[in-house]
Amino acid sequence: MPLDASFAGRSWPAETYEVSLEKVREFAVAIGADDPVHHDRDAARAAGHPDVVAPTTFPVVFTWPATRRVVDDPALGLDFTRVVHRDQSIEVARPLYAGDVVTSTVVVDEIRELAGNDVITFRVDVTDADGAAVLTTRATLVGRAEPEGEQA
Amino acid sequence: MSAVSDASAGDQLEPRTVTITRADLVAYAGASGDLNPIHWNERVALEVGLPGVIAHGMFTMSLAARYVADLAGDPTAVVAFSTRFTRPVVVPDDDTGATVELGAKVTDVADDGTRTVGVTATHEGKGVLGKAVATIRPPR
Repeated sequence: MPLDASFAGRSWPAETYEVSLEKVREFAVAIGADDPVHHDRDAARAAGHPDVVAPTTFPVVFTWPATRRVVDDPALGLDFTRVVHRDQSIEVARPLYAGDVVTSTVVVDEIRELAGNDVITFRVDVTDADGAAVLTTRATLVGRAEPEGEQA
Repeated sequence: MSAVSDASAGDQLEPRTVTITRADLVAYAGASGDLNPIHWNERVALEVGLPGVIAHGMFTMSLAARYVADLAGDPTAVVAFSTRFTRPVVVPDDDTGATVELGAKVTDVADDGTRTVGVTATHEGKGVLGKAVATIRPPR
């Protein structure tokens, strides 16, 4: 089933997330990032940071739930059980630190069809409490076409 | 000086081998909030046609981004990272886990010292990340 093309270009109300020291540590442990700037506030400050530094891929902790809200909208027409995560990117404007209160705005960058599969790219613009850019993520998901004979 | 900030275009950087176990996937599921059962439940993974439990693409990307951060010597030096997920990493139910070989090559050095690094990640000889590119700013 094709996706609702009217979702392309739409954005959704921003969601707020507060980055905490313990969540940064937990994520860093899970990916084996043992640089002390992810774990030890004093080490982070000695390296010139205001607080512990979130690993590069940490923002998925809040950008994916923000995206999922749109993915799961029945009006979009995407069957999550057939979704494959094809591409992911992150562009960093400044490091993300414990104590940051950030807001994520989800935008559907593009919707298209490729060989019968639905391809949708979500962009998440993340800004800090002052409204300054922190980072942007892009995720491209593919909704695989249903095999012949399984069409509803 | 880090390995990256000394490197010229064309230079290969120190490779790394990482292993991924089921326990790693459970820890990553909890830390990331991605609780999709295909990453920890063999029954569900097989039911949806996968060969077994597979690693989160974002977990493999996280290991690759951490590798690049270590090469740079500063996690805040990685200012961009992009990749395609080309093949799943199937993680067996044993104590050994799955092995992923990471490699990196400087492909461009900009006038300001920013380096573009092509990253490879292979599992059982086949690429699991495609077109993986990191951008690393010069040391401050």
